[in-house]
Amino acid sequence: MSRESDFYLRRLHSLLGIIPVGLFVAQHLVINHFATRGPEAFNAASDFMGNLPFVLFLEWFIIYIPLMFHGFYGVYIAFTAKNNVQRYGTFRNWMFMLQRITGVFLVIFIAWHIYDTRIQKALGVEVNFDMMAKVLSNPFMLAFYIAGVLAATFHLANGVWSFLVSWGITQSPRSQTIVTYISMAIFLILSVIGVQALLAFVV
Amino acid sequence: MSENTTAVKDLQQQTAQKTVLFEIRRQDTAESQPYWESFELEYRPNMNVISALMEIRRNPVNAEGKQTTPVNWEMSCLEEVCGACSMVINGRPRQSCTALVDQFTQPIKLEPMKTFPVVRDLIVDREFMFDSLKKIKAWVPIDGTYDLGEGPRMPERKRQWAYELSKCMTCGVCLEACPNVNDNTNFMGPALLSQVRLFNTHPTGAMNKDERLATLMTDGGIGECGNSQNCVVACPKGIPLTTSIAAMNRATNVQMFKNFFGSDHMVD
Ligand code: HEM
Ligand code: SF4
Ligand code: FES
Repeated sequence: MSRESDFYLRRLHSLLGIIPVGLFVAQHLVINHFATRGPEAFNAASDFMGNLPFVLFLEWFIIYIPLMFHGFYGVYIAFTAKNNVQRYGTFRNWMFMLQRITGVFLVIFIAWHIYDTRIQKALGVEVNFDMMAKVLSNPFMLAFYIAGVLAATFHLANGVWSFLVSWGITQSPRSQTIVTYISMAIFLILSVIGVQALLAFVV
Repeated sequence: MSENTTAVKDLQQQTAQKTVLFEIRRQDTAESQPYWESFELEYRPNMNVISALMEIRRNPVNAEGKQTTPVNWEMSCLEEVCGACSMVINGRPRQSCTALVDQFTQPIKLEPMKTFPVVRDLIVDREFMFDSLKKIKAWVPIDGTYDLGEGPRMPERKRQWAYELSKCMTCGVCLEACPNVNDNTNFMGPALLSQVRLFNTHPTGAMNKDERLATLMTDGGIGECGNSQNCVVACPKGIPLTTSIAAMNRATNVQMFKNFFGSDHMVD
Protein backbone atom coordinates (compact mmCIF):
# COMPACT_ATOMS: atom_id res chain seq x y z
CA MET A 1 0.00 0.00 0.00
CA SER A 2 1.43 3.31 -1.02
CA ARG A 3 0.02 6.55 -2.18
CA GLU A 4 1.08 9.76 -3.86
CA SER A 5 0.38 11.60 -0.62
CA ASP A 6 2.90 9.52 1.35
CA PHE A 7 5.53 12.26 1.37
CA TYR A 8 3.18 14.82 2.94
CA LEU A 9 1.76 12.32 5.41
CA ARG A 10 5.28 11.33 6.47
CA ARG A 11 6.23 14.94 7.02
CA LEU A 12 3.06 15.50 9.03
CA HIS A 13 3.78 12.35 11.03
CA SER A 14 7.29 13.60 11.76
CA LEU A 15 6.13 17.09 12.73
CA LEU A 16 3.32 15.85 14.98
CA GLY A 17 5.74 13.50 16.75
CA ILE A 18 7.49 16.59 18.17
CA ILE A 19 4.83 19.28 17.95
CA PRO A 20 2.61 18.76 19.82
CA VAL A 21 2.87 15.11 20.94
CA GLY A 22 6.54 15.12 21.99
CA LEU A 23 6.21 18.42 23.81
CA PHE A 24 3.08 17.16 25.56
CA VAL A 25 4.82 13.95 26.71
CA ALA A 26 7.76 15.92 28.15
CA GLN A 27 5.38 18.31 29.89
CA HIS A 28 3.25 15.40 31.19
CA LEU A 29 6.26 13.68 32.75
CA VAL A 30 7.42 16.92 34.38
CA ILE A 31 3.98 17.66 35.87
CA ASN A 32 3.76 14.07 37.17
CA HIS A 33 7.01 14.69 39.01
CA PHE A 34 4.94 16.69 41.54
CA ALA A 35 4.11 13.25 42.95
CA THR A 36 7.57 13.19 44.53
CA ARG A 37 6.46 16.17 46.67
CA GLY A 38 3.52 14.28 48.10
CA PRO A 39 -0.18 13.72 47.37
CA GLU A 40 -1.28 17.35 47.93
CA ALA A 41 1.26 18.77 45.50
CA PHE A 42 0.34 16.14 42.88
CA ASN A 43 -3.40 16.66 43.29
CA ALA A 44 -3.02 20.43 43.02
CA ALA A 45 -1.00 20.10 39.80
CA SER A 46 -3.38 17.53 38.40
CA ASP A 47 -6.40 19.73 39.24
CA PHE A 48 -4.73 22.68 37.57
CA MET A 49 -4.05 20.71 34.37
CA GLY A 50 -7.49 19.09 34.41
CA ASN A 51 -9.27 22.42 34.77
CA LEU A 52 -7.41 24.52 32.22
CA PRO A 53 -9.70 26.76 30.21
CA PHE A 54 -10.86 25.10 26.97
CA VAL A 55 -9.57 21.83 28.37
CA LEU A 56 -11.61 19.65 25.99
CA PHE A 57 -10.41 21.64 23.00
CA LEU A 58 -6.81 21.39 24.21
CA GLU A 59 -7.11 17.66 24.85
CA TRP A 60 -8.48 16.92 21.41
CA PHE A 61 -6.26 19.20 19.35
CA ILE A 62 -3.01 18.91 21.28
CA ILE A 63 -3.25 15.30 22.34
CA TYR A 64 -5.86 12.94 20.88
CA ILE A 65 -6.04 13.90 17.21
CA PRO A 66 -2.28 14.37 16.64
CA LEU A 67 -1.49 11.29 18.74
CA MET A 68 -4.00 9.12 16.91
CA PHE A 69 -2.67 10.24 13.53
CA HIS A 70 0.95 9.72 14.57
CA GLY A 71 0.19 6.42 16.31
CA PHE A 72 -1.93 4.78 13.62
CA TYR A 73 0.18 5.99 10.73
CA GLY A 74 3.20 4.93 12.80
CA VAL A 75 1.84 1.37 13.03
CA TYR A 76 1.54 1.36 9.25
CA ILE A 77 5.14 2.59 8.89
CA ALA A 78 6.37 0.10 11.47
CA PHE A 79 4.87 -2.87 9.66
CA THR A 80 6.09 -1.90 6.21
CA ALA A 81 9.74 -2.27 7.31
CA LYS A 82 11.59 -5.57 7.01
CA ASN A 83 14.04 -5.27 9.88
CA ASN A 84 17.47 -6.75 9.29
CA VAL A 85 19.57 -6.24 12.42
CA GLN A 86 21.01 -9.75 11.98
CA ARG A 87 22.56 -8.56 8.73
CA TYR A 88 23.57 -5.07 9.86
CA GLY A 89 23.98 -4.95 13.63
CA THR A 90 24.87 -1.26 13.57
CA PHE A 91 23.75 1.21 16.24
CA ARG A 92 21.48 3.11 13.85
CA ASN A 93 19.84 -0.01 12.52
CA TRP A 94 19.04 -1.07 16.09
CA MET A 95 17.61 2.38 16.81
CA PHE A 96 15.51 2.06 13.65
CA MET A 97 14.03 -1.21 14.90
CA LEU A 98 13.61 -0.04 18.50
CA GLN A 99 11.80 3.10 17.28
CA ARG A 100 9.24 0.81 15.66
CA ILE A 101 8.99 -1.68 18.54
CA THR A 102 8.54 1.05 21.16
CA GLY A 103 5.99 2.75 18.88
CA VAL A 104 3.82 -0.37 18.61
CA PHE A 105 4.15 -1.01 22.35
CA LEU A 106 3.13 2.61 23.01
CA VAL A 107 -0.17 2.13 21.17
CA ILE A 108 -1.05 -0.60 23.68
CA PHE A 109 0.33 1.25 26.68
CA ILE A 110 -1.30 4.57 25.83
CA ALA A 111 -4.68 2.92 25.20
CA TRP A 112 -4.47 1.21 28.59
CA HIS A 113 -3.28 4.38 30.31
CA ILE A 114 -6.09 6.49 28.84
CA TYR A 115 -8.58 3.84 29.95
CA ASP A 116 -7.09 3.87 33.47
CA THR A 117 -7.25 7.64 33.81
CA ARG A 118 -9.18 9.81 31.33
CA ILE A 119 -11.97 7.32 30.68
CA GLN A 120 -12.36 6.61 34.40
CA LYS A 121 -12.65 10.35 34.94
CA ALA A 122 -15.32 10.59 32.27
CA LEU A 123 -17.15 7.76 34.04
CA GLY A 124 -17.17 9.83 37.20
CA VAL A 125 -14.30 8.24 39.10
CA GLU A 126 -12.07 10.76 40.82
CA VAL A 127 -8.61 10.69 39.29
CA ASN A 128 -6.04 11.66 41.90
CA PHE A 129 -2.93 10.52 43.74
CA ASP A 130 -4.71 7.74 45.66
CA MET A 131 -6.24 6.34 42.53
CA MET A 132 -2.86 6.15 40.75
CA ALA A 133 -1.30 4.72 43.93
CA LYS A 134 -3.93 1.97 43.86
CA VAL A 135 -3.24 1.14 40.21
CA LEU A 136 0.52 1.05 40.81
CA SER A 137 0.31 -1.01 44.00
CA ASN A 138 -0.02 -4.01 41.68
CA PRO A 139 3.61 -4.94 40.83
CA PHE A 140 2.64 -6.02 37.32
CA MET A 141 1.03 -2.66 36.69
CA LEU A 142 4.07 -0.87 38.08
CA ALA A 143 6.32 -2.84 35.73
CA PHE A 144 3.95 -2.13 32.83
CA TYR A 145 3.95 1.59 33.59
CA ILE A 146 7.73 1.71 33.92
CA ALA A 147 8.02 -0.06 30.56
CA GLY A 148 5.55 2.43 29.09
CA VAL A 149 7.44 5.45 30.40
CA LEU A 150 10.78 4.10 29.16
CA ALA A 151 9.30 3.26 25.77
CA ALA A 152 7.91 6.79 25.49
CA THR A 153 11.13 8.51 26.56
CA PHE A 154 13.20 6.35 24.24
CA HIS A 155 10.81 6.89 21.34
CA LEU A 156 10.73 10.63 21.91
CA ALA A 157 14.51 10.99 22.34
CA ASN A 158 15.33 8.91 19.29
CA GLY A 159 12.48 10.69 17.51
CA VAL A 160 14.21 14.03 18.08
CA TRP A 161 17.22 12.58 16.27
CA SER A 162 15.24 11.34 13.28
CA PHE A 163 13.08 14.47 13.22
CA LEU A 164 16.21 16.57 12.72
CA VAL A 165 17.24 14.33 9.83
CA SER A 166 13.76 14.22 8.29
CA TRP A 167 13.69 18.00 8.18
CA GLY A 168 17.23 18.19 6.83
CA ILE A 169 18.55 20.09 9.84
CA THR A 170 21.35 17.66 10.70
CA GLN A 171 23.06 16.57 7.48
CA SER A 172 26.74 15.87 8.09
CA PRO A 173 27.81 12.67 9.90
CA ARG A 174 29.36 14.79 12.66
CA SER A 175 26.19 16.77 13.33
CA GLN A 176 24.20 13.53 13.42
CA THR A 177 26.65 11.98 15.88
CA ILE A 178 26.47 14.99 18.17
CA VAL A 179 22.67 14.83 18.16
CA THR A 180 22.89 11.10 18.96
CA TYR A 181 24.63 12.05 22.22
CA ILE A 182 22.11 14.81 22.89
CA SER A 183 19.25 12.37 22.29
CA MET A 184 20.81 9.90 24.74
CA ALA A 185 20.91 12.65 27.35
CA ILE A 186 17.25 13.48 26.65
CA PHE A 187 16.40 9.80 27.08
CA LEU A 188 18.24 9.55 30.40
CA ILE A 189 16.89 12.78 31.87
CA LEU A 190 13.25 12.16 30.90
CA SER A 191 13.50 8.54 32.06
CA VAL A 192 14.73 9.57 35.51
CA ILE A 193 11.97 12.17 35.81
CA GLY A 194 9.30 9.71 34.66
CA VAL A 195 10.37 6.72 36.74
CA GLN A 196 10.94 8.83 39.89
CA ALA A 197 7.35 10.05 39.59
CA LEU A 198 6.02 6.49 39.24
CA LEU A 199 8.00 5.26 42.25
CA ALA A 200 6.63 8.17 44.32
CA PHE A 201 3.21 6.50 44.17
CA VAL A 202 4.41 3.24 45.70
CA VAL A 203 6.88 4.22 48.45
CA MET B 1 68.09 -23.06 -4.06
CA SER B 2 67.11 -26.59 -3.15
CA GLU B 3 65.53 -25.27 0.03
CA ASN B 4 63.35 -22.95 -2.02
CA THR B 5 62.02 -25.69 -4.26
CA THR B 6 61.02 -27.75 -1.23
CA ALA B 7 59.15 -24.75 0.14
CA VAL B 8 57.24 -24.37 -3.14
CA LYS B 9 56.50 -28.09 -3.15
CA ASP B 10 55.20 -27.90 0.41
CA LEU B 11 52.93 -25.00 -0.48
CA GLN B 12 51.61 -26.84 -3.51
CA GLN B 13 50.90 -29.91 -1.43
CA GLN B 14 49.16 -27.88 1.22
CA THR B 15 46.97 -26.06 -1.28
CA ALA B 16 46.21 -29.26 -3.13
CA GLN B 17 44.76 -30.73 0.03
CA LYS B 18 42.82 -27.59 0.93
CA THR B 19 39.35 -27.20 -0.51
CA VAL B 20 36.74 -24.46 -0.47
CA LEU B 21 33.10 -25.21 0.17
CA PHE B 22 30.38 -23.14 -1.52
CA GLU B 23 26.65 -23.26 -0.86
CA ILE B 24 24.75 -21.63 -3.66
CA ARG B 25 21.08 -20.73 -3.78
CA ARG B 26 19.98 -21.76 -7.21
CA GLN B 27 16.86 -21.13 -9.22
CA ASP B 28 16.41 -22.49 -12.74
CA THR B 29 13.89 -19.97 -14.05
CA ALA B 30 12.29 -16.77 -12.78
CA GLU B 31 9.20 -18.71 -11.69
CA SER B 32 10.67 -21.98 -10.41
CA GLN B 33 11.41 -22.92 -6.80
CA PRO B 34 14.86 -22.07 -5.47
CA TYR B 35 17.06 -24.82 -4.02
CA TRP B 36 20.51 -25.05 -2.45
CA GLU B 37 23.46 -26.81 -4.02
CA SER B 38 26.96 -27.28 -2.56
CA PHE B 39 30.23 -27.30 -4.43
CA GLU B 40 33.65 -28.26 -3.17
CA LEU B 41 36.56 -26.77 -5.08
CA GLU B 42 40.28 -27.05 -4.85
CA TYR B 43 41.77 -24.06 -3.09
CA ARG B 44 44.06 -21.81 -5.07
CA PRO B 45 45.88 -18.80 -3.59
CA ASN B 46 44.11 -15.44 -4.22
CA MET B 47 40.98 -17.18 -5.40
CA ASN B 48 37.85 -14.99 -5.47
CA VAL B 49 34.15 -15.77 -5.77
CA ILE B 50 34.10 -15.14 -9.52
CA SER B 51 37.09 -17.39 -10.20
CA ALA B 52 35.35 -20.06 -8.13
CA LEU B 53 32.17 -19.65 -10.17
CA MET B 54 34.25 -19.94 -13.36
CA GLU B 55 35.72 -23.15 -12.01
CA ILE B 56 32.22 -24.50 -11.40
CA ARG B 57 31.25 -23.51 -14.93
CA ARG B 58 34.27 -25.37 -16.29
CA ASN B 59 33.44 -28.50 -14.33
CA PRO B 60 29.83 -28.43 -13.09
CA VAL B 61 29.97 -31.22 -10.56
CA ASN B 62 28.42 -30.64 -7.14
CA ALA B 63 29.77 -31.66 -3.72
CA GLU B 64 27.99 -35.03 -3.98
CA GLY B 65 29.96 -35.72 -7.15
CA LYS B 66 26.90 -35.39 -9.38
CA GLN B 67 26.94 -33.64 -12.73
CA THR B 68 24.81 -30.48 -12.62
CA THR B 69 24.13 -27.35 -14.65
CA PRO B 70 26.67 -24.52 -14.42
CA VAL B 71 25.74 -21.74 -12.00
CA ASN B 72 24.65 -18.55 -13.75
CA TRP B 73 25.86 -15.14 -12.68
CA GLU B 74 26.60 -11.76 -14.22
CA MET B 75 29.86 -9.89 -14.45
CA SER B 76 31.51 -7.32 -16.61
CA CYS B 77 34.31 -5.04 -15.38
CA LEU B 78 35.86 -7.38 -12.79
CA GLU B 79 37.15 -4.35 -10.89
CA GLU B 80 34.18 -3.17 -8.84
CA VAL B 81 33.04 -0.37 -11.10
CA CYS B 82 30.09 -1.81 -13.01
CA GLY B 83 27.99 -3.40 -10.28
CA ALA B 84 26.82 -6.31 -12.45
CA CYS B 85 28.30 -9.04 -10.26
CA SER B 86 26.51 -7.98 -7.03
CA MET B 87 25.15 -10.82 -4.91
CA VAL B 88 24.64 -11.73 -1.26
CA ILE B 89 27.77 -13.42 0.11
CA ASN B 90 27.56 -14.92 3.59
CA GLY B 91 24.49 -12.82 4.28
CA ARG B 92 25.77 -9.48 3.03
CA PRO B 93 25.27 -7.92 -0.40
CA ARG B 94 28.48 -6.94 -2.21
CA GLN B 95 30.38 -7.36 -5.48
CA SER B 96 31.59 -10.89 -6.05
CA CYS B 97 34.52 -9.84 -8.27
CA THR B 98 36.32 -8.30 -5.30
CA ALA B 99 35.25 -10.96 -2.80
CA LEU B 100 38.43 -12.87 -1.96
CA VAL B 101 37.79 -16.38 -0.73
CA ASP B 102 40.34 -15.92 2.08
CA GLN B 103 38.18 -13.21 3.65
CA PHE B 104 35.19 -15.49 4.28
CA THR B 105 34.32 -18.23 6.73
CA GLN B 106 33.27 -21.43 5.05
CA PRO B 107 30.96 -22.65 3.71
CA ILE B 108 30.70 -19.53 1.57
CA LYS B 109 27.03 -18.92 0.92
CA LEU B 110 26.04 -17.23 -2.33
CA GLU B 111 22.53 -15.91 -2.85
CA PRO B 112 20.97 -13.52 -5.36
CA MET B 113 19.88 -10.05 -4.10
CA LYS B 114 16.27 -11.09 -3.55
CA THR B 115 15.08 -7.49 -3.25
CA PHE B 116 15.10 -7.65 -7.06
CA PRO B 117 13.33 -10.22 -9.23
CA VAL B 118 15.57 -13.28 -9.66
CA VAL B 119 16.15 -14.16 -13.31
CA ARG B 120 18.22 -17.29 -12.82
CA ASP B 121 20.56 -18.52 -10.06
CA LEU B 122 22.54 -15.43 -8.97
CA ILE B 123 21.27 -13.15 -11.74
CA VAL B 124 18.74 -10.52 -10.76
CA ASP B 125 16.88 -7.91 -12.79
CA ARG B 126 17.76 -4.40 -11.58
CA GLU B 127 15.46 -2.68 -14.07
CA PHE B 128 13.58 -1.09 -11.16
CA MET B 129 16.64 1.06 -10.53
CA PHE B 130 17.07 2.03 -14.17
CA ASP B 131 13.40 2.97 -14.41
CA SER B 132 13.80 5.07 -11.26
CA LEU B 133 16.82 6.84 -12.82
CA LYS B 134 14.53 7.85 -15.68
CA LYS B 135 11.87 9.03 -13.26
CA ILE B 136 14.27 11.31 -11.42
CA LYS B 137 15.74 12.58 -14.72
CA ALA B 138 19.27 11.55 -13.84
CA TRP B 139 20.83 13.51 -16.66
CA VAL B 140 21.69 17.10 -17.58
CA PRO B 141 19.53 18.38 -20.45
CA ILE B 142 21.69 20.34 -22.89
CA ASP B 143 19.72 20.15 -26.12
CA GLY B 144 18.17 23.27 -27.64
CA THR B 145 17.05 24.47 -31.06
CA TYR B 146 20.22 26.56 -31.24
CA ASP B 147 23.69 26.39 -29.73
CA LEU B 148 23.19 27.16 -26.05
CA GLY B 149 26.88 27.81 -25.53
CA GLU B 150 28.82 26.94 -22.43
CA GLY B 151 27.03 26.30 -19.20
CA PRO B 152 27.90 28.00 -15.92
CA ARG B 153 31.15 26.91 -14.28
CA MET B 154 31.12 24.57 -11.33
CA PRO B 155 33.23 25.59 -8.33
CA GLU B 156 36.13 23.16 -7.99
CA ARG B 157 35.46 22.41 -4.32
CA LYS B 158 31.88 21.49 -5.16
CA ARG B 159 33.04 19.33 -8.05
CA GLN B 160 35.21 17.37 -5.66
CA TRP B 161 32.40 16.17 -3.46
CA ALA B 162 29.97 15.80 -6.34
CA TYR B 163 32.53 13.48 -7.92
CA GLU B 164 32.16 11.14 -4.96
CA LEU B 165 28.41 10.93 -5.60
CA SER B 166 29.05 10.23 -9.28
CA LYS B 167 30.85 6.99 -8.39
CA CYS B 168 27.52 5.21 -7.94
CA MET B 169 27.35 2.17 -10.25
CA THR B 170 23.64 1.39 -9.66
CA CYS B 171 24.71 -1.94 -8.19
CA GLY B 172 21.68 -2.20 -5.91
CA VAL B 173 23.60 -3.15 -2.76
CA CYS B 174 22.15 -0.22 -0.80
CA LEU B 175 18.62 -1.23 -1.85
CA GLU B 176 19.27 -4.79 -0.71
CA ALA B 177 20.56 -3.42 2.63
CA CYS B 178 17.63 -1.06 3.25
CA PRO B 179 14.78 -2.34 5.48
CA ASN B 180 12.32 -0.08 3.68
CA VAL B 181 13.00 -1.28 0.12
CA ASN B 182 10.62 -4.25 -0.07
CA ASP B 183 7.30 -5.51 -1.41
CA ASN B 184 5.36 -3.31 1.00
CA THR B 185 6.68 -0.06 -0.44
CA ASN B 186 7.64 1.39 -3.80
CA PHE B 187 10.72 3.03 -2.27
CA MET B 188 13.23 3.73 -5.06
CA GLY B 189 16.12 3.44 -2.61
CA PRO B 190 19.07 5.42 -1.24
CA ALA B 191 21.16 5.47 -4.46
CA LEU B 192 18.44 7.33 -6.32
CA LEU B 193 18.05 10.00 -3.66
CA SER B 194 21.78 10.63 -3.86
CA GLN B 195 21.60 10.86 -7.66
CA VAL B 196 19.06 13.67 -7.39
CA ARG B 197 21.55 15.51 -5.22
CA LEU B 198 24.28 14.90 -7.80
CA PHE B 199 22.29 16.22 -10.74
CA ASN B 200 20.83 19.11 -8.76
CA THR B 201 24.37 20.11 -7.80
CA HIS B 202 25.50 20.35 -11.40
CA PRO B 203 25.10 24.01 -12.46
CA THR B 204 23.25 23.10 -15.67
CA GLY B 205 21.43 20.18 -14.09
CA ALA B 206 20.15 22.55 -11.39
CA MET B 207 18.03 24.32 -14.02
CA ASN B 208 15.57 21.41 -13.68
CA LYS B 209 16.04 20.99 -9.96
CA ASP B 210 12.36 21.33 -9.07
CA GLU B 211 11.35 18.55 -11.47
CA ARG B 212 13.68 16.06 -9.80
CA LEU B 213 12.55 17.11 -6.34
CA ALA B 214 8.94 16.73 -7.44
CA THR B 215 9.63 13.05 -8.19
CA LEU B 216 11.18 12.58 -4.76
CA MET B 217 7.96 13.93 -3.27
CA THR B 218 5.78 11.27 -4.90
CA ASP B 219 5.10 7.64 -4.02
CA GLY B 220 8.34 5.70 -3.57
CA GLY B 221 10.34 8.87 -3.01
CA ILE B 222 12.22 10.28 -0.06
CA GLY B 223 9.23 9.98 2.28
CA GLU B 224 9.87 6.24 2.55
CA CYS B 225 13.30 6.67 4.16
CA GLY B 226 13.30 5.71 7.85
CA ASN B 227 16.97 6.45 8.66
CA SER B 228 18.27 2.98 9.42
CA GLN B 229 21.48 4.20 7.74
CA ASN B 230 22.37 0.71 6.50
CA CYS B 231 22.95 2.10 3.01
CA VAL B 232 25.99 4.13 3.95
CA VAL B 233 27.49 1.10 5.70
CA ALA B 234 26.82 -1.16 2.73
CA CYS B 235 27.85 1.03 -0.23
CA PRO B 236 31.06 -0.36 -1.75
CA LYS B 237 31.91 3.04 -3.21
CA GLY B 238 31.79 4.83 0.14
CA ILE B 239 29.16 7.26 -1.13
CA PRO B 240 27.89 9.53 1.70
CA LEU B 241 24.32 8.37 1.13
CA THR B 242 22.93 9.50 4.48
CA THR B 243 24.32 13.01 3.99
CA SER B 244 22.71 13.08 0.55
CA ILE B 245 19.41 11.90 2.02
CA ALA B 246 19.40 14.57 4.73
CA ALA B 247 20.31 17.19 2.12
CA MET B 248 17.42 16.04 -0.08
CA ASN B 249 15.12 16.05 2.94
CA ARG B 250 15.90 19.73 3.37
CA ALA B 251 15.54 20.43 -0.36
CA THR B 252 12.17 18.66 -0.67
CA ASN B 253 10.82 20.36 2.45
CA VAL B 254 11.78 23.79 1.12
CA GLN B 255 10.30 22.85 -2.26
CA MET B 256 7.07 21.77 -0.54
CA PHE B 257 6.66 25.25 0.95
CA LYS B 258 7.60 26.93 -2.36
CA ASN B 259 5.01 24.84 -4.18
CA PHE B 260 2.35 25.63 -1.61
CA PHE B 261 2.90 29.36 -1.24
CA GLY B 262 4.30 30.03 -4.72
CA SER B 263 7.82 31.29 -5.34
CA ASP B 264 10.05 32.95 -7.91
CA HIS B 265 12.93 30.79 -6.70
CA MET B 266 11.92 27.39 -8.02
CA VAL B 267 15.38 26.58 -9.39
CA ASP B 268 17.65 28.70 -7.23
C1 HEM C 1 4.34 8.91 23.23
C2 HEM C 1 3.91 9.30 22.10
C3 HEM C 1 4.80 9.45 20.90
C4 HEM C 1 5.75 10.39 20.67
C5 HEM C 1 6.16 11.50 21.57
C6 HEM C 1 6.32 10.13 19.39
C7 HEM C 1 7.29 10.88 18.80
C8 HEM C 1 7.92 10.59 17.61
C9 HEM C 1 8.90 11.38 16.95
C10 HEM C 1 9.39 12.72 17.41
C11 HEM C 1 9.29 10.74 15.83
C12 HEM C 1 10.34 11.19 14.82
C13 HEM C 1 9.73 11.63 13.54
C14 HEM C 1 10.70 11.62 12.39
O1 HEM C 1 11.31 10.58 12.10
O2 HEM C 1 10.86 12.64 11.75
C15 HEM C 1 8.58 9.52 15.79
C16 HEM C 1 8.74 8.58 14.82
C17 HEM C 1 8.03 7.44 14.76
N1 HEM C 1 6.95 7.10 15.56
FE1 HEM C 1 6.34 8.07 17.20
N2 HEM C 1 5.73 9.02 18.86
C18 HEM C 1 4.80 8.59 19.76
C19 HEM C 1 3.97 7.53 19.62
C20 HEM C 1 4.06 6.64 18.60
C21 HEM C 1 3.19 5.53 18.45
C22 HEM C 1 2.04 5.18 19.37
C23 HEM C 1 3.61 4.87 17.33
C24 HEM C 1 2.97 3.66 16.78
C25 HEM C 1 3.56 2.66 16.28
C26 HEM C 1 4.74 5.58 16.78
C27 HEM C 1 5.47 5.20 15.66
C28 HEM C 1 6.52 5.88 15.13
C29 HEM C 1 7.33 5.44 14.04
C30 HEM C 1 7.18 4.15 13.27
C31 HEM C 1 8.29 6.41 13.81
C32 HEM C 1 9.40 6.37 12.78
C33 HEM C 1 9.10 7.21 11.61
C34 HEM C 1 10.24 7.25 10.66
O3 HEM C 1 11.38 7.07 11.06
O4 HEM C 1 10.00 7.47 9.49
N3 HEM C 1 4.97 6.65 17.57
N4 HEM C 1 7.74 9.44 16.87
S1 SF4 D 1 24.94 4.14 -3.82
FE1 SF4 D 1 26.60 2.61 -3.54
S2 SF4 D 1 25.49 0.74 -2.92
FE2 SF4 D 1 23.96 2.11 -3.78
S3 SF4 D 1 23.79 1.52 -5.93
FE3 SF4 D 1 25.31 3.19 -5.85
S4 SF4 D 1 27.29 2.17 -5.63
FE4 SF4 D 1 25.73 0.61 -5.17
S1 FES E 1 32.16 -7.30 -12.40
FE1 FES E 1 31.87 -5.14 -12.37
S2 FES E 1 31.66 -4.77 -10.26
FE2 FES E 1 32.15 -6.86 -10.28
